[in-house]
Amino acid sequence: MKVLVPIKRVVDYNVKVRVKADNSGVDLANVKMAMNPFCEIAVEEAVRLKEKGVVTEIIAVTIGNKAAQEQLRTAMALGADRSILVETEEDAQPLAIAKALKALVDKESPDLVILGKQAIDGDNSQTGQMLAALAGMPQGTFASEVNVADGKVKVTREIDGGLQTVELSLPAVVTTDLRLNEPRYASLPNIMKAKKKPLEVISAADLGVSFASSTKTLKVEPPAERSAGIKVASVAELVEKLKNEAKVI
Amino acid sequence: MSATSDLGKSYFNETHEQMRQTVRKFVEREILPYVDEWEEAGEFPRELYKKAADAGINGIGYPEEFGGTGPDVFMKIVASEELMRSTSGGLVAGLGSLDIGLPPVVKWGSDELKQKVVPGVLSGEKISALAITEPSGGSDVANLKTRAVRDGDDYIVNGSKTFITSGVRADYYTVAVRTGDSGFGGVSLLLIEKGTPGFSVGRKLRKTGWWASDTAELFFEDCRVPAANLIGPENGGFFCIMTNFLMERLMLCVMANMTAQLALEACLDYVKEREAFGRKIGQFQVTRHKLAEMATQVDVSREYTYRIASRIEAGENCIKEMSMAKNFATSVSDRVTYDAVQIFGGMGYMRESVVERLSRDNRILAIGGGTYEIMNEVIAKQLGL
Repeated sequence: MKVLVPIKRVVDYNVKVRVKADNSGVDLANVKMAMNPFCEIAVEEAVRLKEKGVVTEIIAVTIGNKAAQEQLRTAMALGADRSILVETEEDAQPLAIAKALKALVDKESPDLVILGKQAIDGDNSQTGQMLAALAGMPQGTFASEVNVADGKVKVTREIDGGLQTVELSLPAVVTTDLRLNEPRYASLPNIMKAKKKPLEVISAADLGVSFASSTKTLKVEPPAERSAGIKVASVAELVEKLKNEAKVI
Repeated sequence: MSATSDLGKSYFNETHEQMRQTVRKFVEREILPYVDEWEEAGEFPRELYKKAADAGINGIGYPEEFGGTGPDVFMKIVASEELMRSTSGGLVAGLGSLDIGLPPVVKWGSDELKQKVVPGVLSGEKISALAITEPSGGSDVANLKTRAVRDGDDYIVNGSKTFITSGVRADYYTVAVRTGDSGFGGVSLLLIEKGTPGFSVGRKLRKTGWWASDTAELFFEDCRVPAANLIGPENGGFFCIMTNFLMERLMLCVMANMTAQLALEACLDYVKEREAFGRKIGQFQVTRHKLAEMATQVDVSREYTYRIASRIEAGENCIKEMSMAKNFATSVSDRVTYDAVQIFGGMGYMRESVVERLSRDNRILAIGGGTYEIMNEVIAKQLGL
């Protein structure tokens, strides 16, 4: 069976991001970029399914500018068989991305789509759910365990207060949570092999979609800086301050 | 900060950068959480060799037929730079001892010897070490005393070696021995296996720095080694040893540059937090200028190392420039680690600060792989003096 793994290029999780002076967004100039960590987990899960003999082909796909090819190469170094870049300079939003992925699902007919539950830049957590709705596929979100057997996929989900297991018939959409697996390293021999794997570049027009945004960002602001703390002399003073200044009790 | 990946872009391609990410992750996941513990214990787990091999670190620079990924000087630099981010020079030296022990086997060993030794080391199951220095002398390679006398199909080895990195745990030792007359023309390299009768390993030596690496003395008493273990021509070992030094010195440059880089980075963070006389210490001109000079020194040293590396990559035998690079890099790291401790003050003398370890680990870099003075001799000779 065939798996489609959509991934996203984001600012590396180690980078302390800065807001642009004009508050239009996060400054991406000369910032180290990497594959979104949840997407790495998605690729790893697909690779493990392939190693178990459940999956025969893994296709990594991303939507972004030319530089996003780097993350596709990484996905192929981790074990994806081929990849597709839908090239655009637009800052595509979840709905537009879901529509493009729907078009790719129609084209590639995967049995399973595995993607990160969210990207660490926008924290939207919408793409997987929107794709499932648009494509009319069942969805298992926030997966901490995935088992594929007999044309079905069992997904254990992390929910408030416990775990829930759902069974979906294939084709289906699964989004990955943090504890699903620990992704492997892209080893040097595999990085070198990945250079020879096919990477197809297509445009939004090829898929008949548009990445023009339906939402508009008004303003991006950094979190308020923490001000220095104070020392209180007594418990009574602490309670007084919590009550009257912090207004938390 | 990723100074090393932003600078000198032209030296590193996309594959290098991808591997840099892999090694960085390897260090973050497999080493950094435990490194303080390993430093204090004076050893890191042997399984780390296997894990490094699985990530493709061990195979860099070695032929594909033995499980390597082919020659690539800058890939080697990438791996070394990122491993140094573990903040433990000892761990990097221990994990990397294959890079001084194995190349002579690959270059000059017989096919049988290569088949026997190389794949196991590259897969992380076996450990390789280089043994040149003796209790009676290190820099004076031409006058080493460990003797190997031919007896039928064997050599009988007598003598001892010291300060051997990975000396306790290694399985294969690339040992310099005297097979001929006095002087450089009587030196050979022999591969000696752990467990060979007559070969014993002494205690683990206690050192100023490089705590996480196992450094040992080796003893040979009528140790019978098959003549087939000869690496390169008999009495032709001096040339092999000198050739091997080129890459070892390059790696020592990288270690020195990274030691200085890490000390600088630690300072840049610290001066923004630490206050004295009502101000952050980074706001004092004396600190700002010290840091500006440290950064300048590190940058210039790194660029020179890269330049020489690219000439080595192009096949040039830059023995003079390599010696210059090593001396420059280690004098920079001497100064920068000294200044870093000074900036940290009392905290810089405490084991809980990274600059304390860096300043201890740094000291060996101007000694190992050819001392500062020997480097100057090499340079002087090349200048026709």
